[in-house]
Amino acid sequence: MNIASIAAARTDDAIDRALRREKISIRNLSFHYASNRALNAISLPLYEHHVTAFIGPSGCGKSTLLRVLNRMYDLYPDQRAEGEVLVDGVDVLAPHQDVNLLRSRIGMVFQKPTPFPMSIYENIAFGARLYERLSAADLGMRVEQALRRAALWDEVKDKLATSGLSLSGGQQQRLCIARSIAVRPEVILLDEPCSALDPISTAKIEELIDELKEDYTIVIVTHNMQQAARVSDYTAFMYLGELVEFDATSRMFTSPGDKRTQDYITGRFG
Amino acid sequence: MSTLYRRRKRRDVIMMTLSFLATIVGVGWLVLILGVLVWEGLAGLSLRVFTEMTPPPGADGGLLNPIIGSLIITALAVAIGTPVGILAGTYMAEYGRHSRLSTVVRFVNDILLSAPSIVVGLFIYEVMVAPMGHFSGLAGAVALAVIVIPVVVRTTEDMLRLVPDQMREAAAALGIPRANVIRSICYRAAGAGMLTGVLLAIARISGETAPLLFTALNNQFFSTDLNAPMASLPAVIFQFALSPYKDWQKLAWTGALVITVAVLALSIVARALAAPRKMP
Repeated sequence: MNIASIAAARTDDAIDRALRREKISIRNLSFHYASNRALNAISLPLYEHHVTAFIGPSGCGKSTLLRVLNRMYDLYPDQRAEGEVLVDGVDVLAPHQDVNLLRSRIGMVFQKPTPFPMSIYENIAFGARLYERLSAADLGMRVEQALRRAALWDEVKDKLATSGLSLSGGQQQRLCIARSIAVRPEVILLDEPCSALDPISTAKIEELIDELKEDYTIVIVTHNMQQAARVSDYTAFMYLGELVEFDATSRMFTSPGDKRTQDYITGRFG
Repeated sequence: MSTLYRRRKRRDVIMMTLSFLATIVGVGWLVLILGVLVWEGLAGLSLRVFTEMTPPPGADGGLLNPIIGSLIITALAVAIGTPVGILAGTYMAEYGRHSRLSTVVRFVNDILLSAPSIVVGLFIYEVMVAPMGHFSGLAGAVALAVIVIPVVVRTTEDMLRLVPDQMREAAAALGIPRANVIRSICYRAAGAGMLTGVLLAIARISGETAPLLFTALNNQFFSTDLNAPMASLPAVIFQFALSPYKDWQKLAWTGALVITVAVLALSIVARALAAPRKMP
């Protein structure tokens, strides 16, 4: 099956166009690492309960864009963003925005699985406990729900007390997804979540993404165009810090509007 | 066989022999020191050493007061030095990672790390002993704390820096405030290494003599008063070993053996903790 037919198999966005809502609106966003401009005037909508994929060659700024959405760049000096990122209409780049609250609403899963050095149970409970006062029973429920949601429950239910580091790579990544879910975010950012995983684990995560979008708004950065075609409803193609094209995935992969998009998705460069 | 190859072979043998001899000489001294120490120290070792006070010349006695004194002074020094060291190390590795202050503190700390301990003793003498008008166990503990701090700062910073940034980012991405990230994630990940630093600091100060001579001085009698001179093993060893009395000299050897065994045990524990291990 070629990539165009994979993408075409996705539900046509025309059906739900009337229903879709902009969860996040990126407006005229530029980003600098010290004096290096990494993003140049990006404007882009991210629709609620849809999966949006950022694709593009290495260094095009897709991960940077993702890290602006939850203000991860705040951890480092000399990195700054200009423009607006509206989440439900509120600019989260505003200096008075509480970044911890923002990050509890916008979860993130990284390229390499990063379980904390604690038990599986604690890995999930840790974040959840911080924002809500939960009884032991409720917390247990929350952990189970999150693990079930991340399709990991059956594999770990008998060893919740063992270290999160003892799991396999694919399990660790699902643990990280469960950990994000447990905080009950509205948006989940996935930064190449499958690049360190084998094909079976990758398939599991992709299935999961499909299920999760019913409840969350999902943004995924990926190097793998098949993956973008398989899991996303919308695709943004970025190149050299610019947004080249943004469209429904089904259209993007069948009839791209830009020559560079065409070249990239057909594997002519990148 | 070509001459070139033979020459290379010969050079190899020479180098290997030299390296081997150097190793023997290096390790030999250590074995010799330990051997003499055990030989001389064991002779005087008995239960009495741990139950009786330091004797006047010619009488029987033990090392109870300096052992207790050393334990008190060391424990207090660690109690003062560890929190300061850990907090400073945390600032440098976490909050102030990119600040100029960290660079300056790191530089000063490295100097302090290798500062002669006698200078530390003189300094505490000036700021504590002289104004107070007398020597005291407290001054001794502060002097040793000054030696503990740079060791703990250094290991804390190094160990925290080994915690991958991805871990911090992952925690921050859940909306966990910085202080919680450091406490619950970074300390947990770096804990064994940080504890090793503290143990190494204890090992380092257990044998320090010079700073104590200026501060805690010594005490012939049993005393736990921090505001008075206090006996300590290094100071007693110093005094007894230089004395002309045979029984005092013997006790000095025994005291040296006690310190060495204690430090050795600490180092072994530190090593075991620092060894990379799999999480259970």
